[in-house]
Amino acid sequence: MTSNESGRFRRLGEEGRSRLVFSIDGQPAEGCKGDSLLVAMLMQIRHLRSSEFGDGNRAGFCLMGACQDCWVWTDTGERLRACTTPLAAGMRIATKAPEQAWPSLA
Amino acid sequence: MAEPRIVIVGAGPAGVRAAETLVASGVRPIVIDEGGRDGGQIYRRQPEGFRRSYASLYGSEAGRAEDMHRSFDALRDRIDYRPETLAWGIWEKQLHLLQGSRTSAVDFDALIIASGATDRLMPVRGWNRAGVYSMGAAQIALKSQATAIGKRVVFMGSGPLLYLVAAQYSKAGAEVAAVLDTSPFHLRVKALPQLIARPDVLLKGLALTLKLRRGGIEIQTGITPVEIEGRPEIGVETIRFRTSKGKVRTIACDAVALGYHLRPEAQLADLARCEFRFDAQTRQFFPVKDADGRSSVAGVYLAGDGALTLGADAAEVAGRLAALAVLSDLGRQVAGVQVARLRRRLRIFERFRRGIAAAFPWPAGAAAALGEDTVVCRCENITAGELRAAVSDNGAVEINRAKAFSRVGMGRCQGRYCGHAAAEVIAACAGVPVEAVGRIRAQAPVKPLIIGAESDAEQAA
Repeated sequence: MTSNESGRFRRLGEEGRSRLVFSIDGQPAEGCKGDSLLVAMLMQIRHLRSSEFGDGNRAGFCLMGACQDCWVWTDTGERLRACTTPLAAGMRIATKAPEQAWPSLA
Repeated sequence: MAEPRIVIVGAGPAGVRAAETLVASGVRPIVIDEGGRDGGQIYRRQPEGFRRSYASLYGSEAGRAEDMHRSFDALRDRIDYRPETLAWGIWEKQLHLLQGSRTSAVDFDALIIASGATDRLMPVRGWNRAGVYSMGAAQIALKSQATAIGKRVVFMGSGPLLYLVAAQYSKAGAEVAAVLDTSPFHLRVKALPQLIARPDVLLKGLALTLKLRRGGIEIQTGITPVEIEGRPEIGVETIRFRTSKGKVRTIACDAVALGYHLRPEAQLADLARCEFRFDAQTRQFFPVKDADGRSSVAGVYLAGDGALTLGADAAEVAGRLAALAVLSDLGRQVAGVQVARLRRRLRIFERFRRGIAAAFPWPAGAAAALGEDTVVCRCENITAGELRAAVSDNGAVEINRAKAFSRVGMGRCQGRYCGHAAAEVIAACAGVPVEAVGRIRAQAPVKPLIIGAESDAEQAA
């Protein structure tokens, strides 16, 4: 899970930053201080969420807070835009919307 | 007289130079910015603790970037700076803001909108797959996070950014599988008389292309995109395109950076009820402004790529000009010589923009050729066929009507990434000029707001 090979993104420098531990769907994960949540997740896995319209997994698109493709959730149901959210230690992230979060999407 | 309330939206090149010009005249503007740090997207600062130098981050623009950041640092105590704040609506002379989960409003006498631009996209079959990113996204991943969007990246689209980002990836050690440009090479030669308006930039562009070729990177011009192939769970696996000679080729990759120039983020100008005009060359609507940045609405000024996509250097000039226009309209003394000089520079940028648009045209014809099952709206997975049905079955020729019938442009990006292509699809299907189709009207809030957090807090209190 923490292996670089399984992720979508690839690091090209700025190595040696301090490590931050978080989790994705209950699995332990590790990122670097200064990572956006999107980058930290895509260093581990190949997607952020699934399209609610049935056309497969999504991994973000614009990285500048404009397209809203990179929404993920905390385990308490809070929705986060992964590209503009800095990674923080201890984050518990879900790639699927918790049931109770649906009303706020309306 | 009370101190005039001047608000600037955006802390990119246009916003920073506007603020600097106002401060120099003794005014303390409010600067609203969605970003956590100044610089906008183009001169975006890397996070604290990153160590790459200006030279490695910004290349030939290192001096400009550093100057921009230094200028802003010097302004910090002399402006009311509000980072991480979204300006999401305008009513009358009031701007509505969201910071975290807290909403507020500020009244203004003058508003300078320097809202920047996002990528302009033309769909291709499979562009909704995981691993397809906008060209700007590819650049942000590198500049702001020192990452590549994939292990093996194809760059496809057209425009200077296509070559620039590919070259930046290559230099940073990423694997660039190919650069695929929809524009045929001969248009570049034809546009030379206009491109020569900025000989330095033209030379930089030529040097970039040479560097890519010397690095052994395949560059194809005049291509037709066919499909980004892959699997729904895995994402991108290959890209298929037709060469200028008509041969179909497939290249293995796990990421695609896609883009055709930029488009203004003009939603706030729209909500302020500014007039728009159709630009026949690039087939899109821009908000109307005079030579100095005055919009059609008194007290509302437009600067930088958020009004007309001329690039970062021009945005600095436009930001200064807009601030001088504000000062002049408030009855302050403004040096006519300075205004004339800035206007002259802006005209050169405009001439160059025309050349770029001619050399790397928006591929309007691709919209008519999109297969019925190709997704136009990535947000809600709506196909070209469904959009065409809104035209043929419901008679919707105007884009906002077609949006109501098909939902294209109604999703979470609010039409930012499908709007221009959708207009072309409708125009081709209805057999009308694209200007008759119109443009997607902006709606407040200009981005989705999270209201849950705030109401939860109220219940808990």
